[in-house]
Amino acid sequence: MTTATASATEAKRVEVSDLDIYYGSFHAVKSVTMTIQPNKVTAIIGSSGCGKSTFLRSLNRMHELVEGARVEGSVILDGQDIYAADVDSVMVRRQVGMVFQNPNPFPTMSIGDNVAAGLRLNSRKAKKDELDEIVERSLRGANLWEEVKERLDRPGSSLSGGQQQRLCIARAIAVQPEVLLMDEPCSALDPVATLAIEDLIGDLKNNYTIVIVTHNMQQAARASDFTAFFNLENSGDPGQLVELDRTDTIFSNPENKATEDYVSGRFG
Amino acid sequence: MRERATERERRYEVERDGREPEDERGREAGTTDARTPLVGGSLPRWGPWAVFSGVTAAVAGVLSVLGFNVALLAVASVVLTGAIIYGWARAVEGRRKATDRAITIAVSSAFALALTPLISLLFTVTSRGLARFDVQLFTESMRGVLGEGGGIQHAIVGTLVITGVATAASVPIGIMAAIYLHEYGRGRLKRALTFFVDVMTGIPSIVAGLFAYALFVLIYGPGIRLGVMGAVALSVLMIPIVVRSTEEMLRVVPNGLREASYALGVPKWRTIVKVVLPTSFAGIVSGAMIAVARIIGETAPLLITTGVFNSVNFNPFDGRMENLAVFAYNEYATPGIPNEPYIDRAWAAALTLLLIVMILFFVARLISARFGVKTR
Ligand SMILES: Nc1ncnc2c1ncn2[C@@H]1O[C@H](COP(=O)(O)OP(=O)(O)OP(=O)(O)O)[C@@H](O)[C@H]1O
Ligand SMILES: [Mg+2]
Repeated sequence: MTTATASATEAKRVEVSDLDIYYGSFHAVKSVTMTIQPNKVTAIIGSSGCGKSTFLRSLNRMHELVEGARVEGSVILDGQDIYAADVDSVMVRRQVGMVFQNPNPFPTMSIGDNVAAGLRLNSRKAKKDELDEIVERSLRGANLWEEVKERLDRPGSSLSGGQQQRLCIARAIAVQPEVLLMDEPCSALDPVATLAIEDLIGDLKNNYTIVIVTHNMQQAARASDFTAFFNLENSGDPGQLVELDRTDTIFSNPENKATEDYVSGRFG
Repeated sequence: MRERATERERRYEVERDGREPEDERGREAGTTDARTPLVGGSLPRWGPWAVFSGVTAAVAGVLSVLGFNVALLAVASVVLTGAIIYGWARAVEGRRKATDRAITIAVSSAFALALTPLISLLFTVTSRGLARFDVQLFTESMRGVLGEGGGIQHAIVGTLVITGVATAASVPIGIMAAIYLHEYGRGRLKRALTFFVDVMTGIPSIVAGLFAYALFVLIYGPGIRLGVMGAVALSVLMIPIVVRSTEEMLRVVPNGLREASYALGVPKWRTIVKVVLPTSFAGIVSGAMIAVARIIGETAPLLITTGVFNSVNFNPFDGRMENLAVFAYNEYATPGIPNEPYIDRAWAAALTLLLIVMILFFVARLISARFGVKTR
């Protein structure tokens, strides 16, 4: 699709085992065990409130930012448990980037500075032309370069919603994480922008391991290699991983009855 | 798509000019079908103003017979105008629009009422302050001056130094305290601190002055007067205001921005310094300015901490210091004979204080426009 992704790099594998996630005393997600394949797109689907966002945020230790939130079990990123005692959550987040449901560019920064934010804010000493190069590469990677190259010094909020979301993706890949988490990145976008982002996801998996939460079945079917289905048995119960398989298997021939009902639109 | 958008733009242009597009009006006029009418009766534009001037003239006429009174004139004309407009609009435009007009009148009158003392005060201070608002005022102090002449240079210097020291101490402390309360504080301790900050905003200024005095007496013995004592007293008043306003501004920074920053692997303190504070910068600056404006005119705590002094003193750590509010108070409270020069100097000092506050607000605006959130 684009030229920026010609050279593919090996990304990292994430192995989750027996992960229980809590908000205070509320048990939100129960014993998830799954492997997220490197350089593949894994989609997470499931009904609202079943803990998809919660699970996603536990993969880069964003979950613990909520007061009283905690996690039991292990998430192994490239052989290291990110929940081990002496692991620095900041270092984990440098490896595992995240794109949020609502585009959230920094309002005090220009488009260019937004992309460079991860490097600037971490005060990694980078030369001006080196930064410029990273900005251009990231924006090209997010399919946004052509649209904004003339106005890199304008504020990020001057872009459209879809452009802002791609700006946020550019910002996330500028720090070159190993894994990219996306929580409903297209839910605020129109079909054209959504397709643009799906194309982009297809390109990005050459370099990154991608996990995407979506409510859009077609999107999961189109854009992902693997699909994980989460479900709640009853409301109030913790959410669980019901099934994880190749996307075409999940959509054509799932093992579990609940999965089949969900992907074919028959609930309950 | 494109064509429709430009059509809409054109209509917008026309509507903004206050005219309706020609074709629309033509269609409306020829309407005979049973569509719900979108056009209702309406008072003429000049209606409310005409009623207001008519009523005011009539009330003025009546009052000139009974005995004239400006306040009565204003209240009676506004109330009568409101009643007449409401009745008229109700008859012509219907209930919803009549209520709308009544509320509009009520709100505008409340606004005018709130503004009246302010304008009156500005007018009085300006007109009376101008009598002595000359070059001499700014180039001389009161050293050796009795009766006419003299200036307030010493008081201006004192005000700027004392306020400057107080601000330099309180703004960083206040901002950091607010950051602690909002970004780090949790549970009981946070609630207790918030409560005490709220209580501190209500401290009478004289108590702050006595606190500073008592503190310095412990060190230097009784009778001590220093510029920095005044600054300490003013800081006690200022810090809680800065904490409250900064906390309010931090609260409106969307959580999504903090999370976006954390997700890039930025540590918490850097997120606060580089993302949260810049985003709320404009609000924090204006909060600090309001705190400065609140304390720059303080009199009571400074009377007992910085004392009264007739010469210029730049050093807050060395002896007494005059300031504008205390100067105005003393000139007014204990004038010499004849008293005009004293009273005139007091008003000129008040006017100067007002101007200093205005300049500070202007500068604060410039600062926040320069460094705040950019939207264009
Ligand atoms: N900050 C929080 N504090 C307490 N409980 C929370 C919090 N956030 C989410 N929850 C609860 O955790 C459960 C899972 O929420 P989560 O946001 O992960 O759902 P989701 O699958 O992402 O839903 P959706 O598809 O609507 O986004 C819900 O029952 C929710 O009420
Ligand atoms: Mg969610």
